Amino acid sequence: MGSLVLKNIHMSFGTNEVLKDINLEVEDGEFVIFVGPSGCGKSTLLRIIAGLETPMQGDVEISGQLVNAMPASKRKIAMVFQTYALYPHLTVEKNMSLGLRQAGAASSYIKRQISLAVEMLELEPYLKRKPAELSGGQRQRVAIGRAIVRDPDLFLFDEPLSNLDAALRVNTRIEIARLHRELQSTVIYVTHDQIEAMTLAQKIIVLRDGRIEQVGSPMKLYKDPDNMFVAGFIGSPAMNFIEAGYLGVGGKAATVGVRPEQFTLSRRGRVSGTISHLEHLGAETNIFVNTDSGLITVRQFGEASLDIGAGIGLDFRDEDMLFFDSNGQRLR
Amino acid sequence: MRRVRHTVPNVLLAHAALAAYTVIALFPILLIIINSFKTRKAIFRDPLALPNPETFSLVGFETVFRQGDFFLYMQNSLIVTVASLFFILLFGAMAGFALAEYRFKGNTLMALYLAIGIMIPIRLGTISILEIMVATNLVNTLTALVLVYVAQGLPLAIFILSEFMRQVSDDLKNAGRIDGLSEYRIFFVLVLPLVRPALATVAVFNMIPIWNDLWFPLILAPGEATKTLTLGSQVFIGQFVTDWNAVLSALSMAMFPVLILYLIFSKQLIRGITSGAVK
Repeated sequence: MGSLVLKNIHMSFGTNEVLKDINLEVEDGEFVIFVGPSGCGKSTLLRIIAGLETPMQGDVEISGQLVNAMPASKRKIAMVFQTYALYPHLTVEKNMSLGLRQAGAASSYIKRQISLAVEMLELEPYLKRKPAELSGGQRQRVAIGRAIVRDPDLFLFDEPLSNLDAALRVNTRIEIARLHRELQSTVIYVTHDQIEAMTLAQKIIVLRDGRIEQVGSPMKLYKDPDNMFVAGFIGSPAMNFIEAGYLGVGGKAATVGVRPEQFTLSRRGRVSGTISHLEHLGAETNIFVNTDSGLITVRQFGEASLDIGAGIGLDFRDEDMLFFDSNGQRLR
Repeated sequence: MRRVRHTVPNVLLAHAALAAYTVIALFPILLIIINSFKTRKAIFRDPLALPNPETFSLVGFETVFRQGDFFLYMQNSLIVTVASLFFILLFGAMAGFALAEYRFKGNTLMALYLAIGIMIPIRLGTISILEIMVATNLVNTLTALVLVYVAQGLPLAIFILSEFMRQVSDDLKNAGRIDGLSEYRIFFVLVLPLVRPALATVAVFNMIPIWNDLWFPLILAPGEATKTLTLGSQVFIGQFVTDWNAVLSALSMAMFPVLILYLIFSKQLIRGITSGAVK
């Protein structure tokens, strides 16, 4: 129950090819996140899984069953949308039960499912209200509840946190993680926010221009990226890319990647420059250093007492360097 | 973007402009109504004066009710207007939804084709329309008028409504699809209520020209049983003598149904019920 297989998915809108040969397997109970910059095709891929778009080519299997020709309502999926997409004319209770009522489920079953969702998300006070009377966070909880009620094989989340403010985003993120733990269900989650991807996912799929760049656990992508795109996309502040020649690194390597937190301040380090800007975040300080090889971001824990305009020397351990060839591919 | 500041002179100027416009717009209507309650002599002697005990007269209304079948005309007008509006809104919204929602070959071409009617006045085709109506035995029926008005109103309706349909959240429609709603239910239950303001706009745009039209009733349905109010009122306008009392009275009464329809559309439909659907 709840596995997903995508085989050779191709999709284009007009002449614009948005997905190119996507192959993917998701196991039952996995929390998988599609992440990538806007326009990378991640939402289109989610809509293809949901059955809301028909791919030009390729197969979609849900729970071992080929669902290419199956309409969205029959695929045993539930989707949570960025804009919540609650039915404005229905109460919270009716919003949540509509799917099951359409499918002709028994009313006792519907009642049980609703009370399950209500309990998990503490929706009791809102059951008789219309969406217009709820705040953004409450609406998103109702939308998640509507998905739970359907007891789907696959939960699909389409940027569910994008419309929430920062504090609510953290809370809802924790809520979603808790739901996944309790329900043990398979989740496919789309976001452009790499922090959401890192904090929620068991498996991240990085997409760019309609292609899968890399698949792996958050730490695998962080520590062992396949190419410069993944290295730069995962992690914040982003990885620094320094010309290999500047560091005196020979061989095939064209670029060397070093994470901001891997720098140490050292007068006789391999890199030197002047501080162009400082960000004091309390627990950490981001130092922006102008070097002959461009701007480098350095992350120091705690408060660093430094001055803008001052000279600074930087160093790092050799094993923290990642090497990339001139095409941006990782050299291992 | 700079916000307009609500200073006292600004507000005064705006209200002065609006008041001036209101006076200009209402003046002819007021003139019709006050003169419909006056004797014929008083109308010509002092058209701007209000009726007083000496000049007050209901002779116009009496003539209207005595001659011609005023209520039948009004009923015909109402049937034609309401039926035309209903079909314009229904088919316009459906076509707009299809153009906005579905990707199919020739979508843009179809949209363009449907919009061409905006640029070409339907009256240019009057002779052909009359031939069609004669051939299909629809002359002197209200159906003929409804058909023509629907054809006349559809292009602009489709144009406006498809624009509004595009703004309805895709997520909402997709949520409906996942919950197993049919495309018809998505259209009628989810989408139509959200474009109510646009429907009201289209309705108001189409209502007045249909109600006031003289051309097509005169050509396609001049028979006594199918006369509309505008056409019916023409019996009082003669080549040599015009019964102004009757004309003005008929016009005063003709205004009310359309006024009521307008109030329904503007009050009932243009309501901010969209809030809460998304965001």
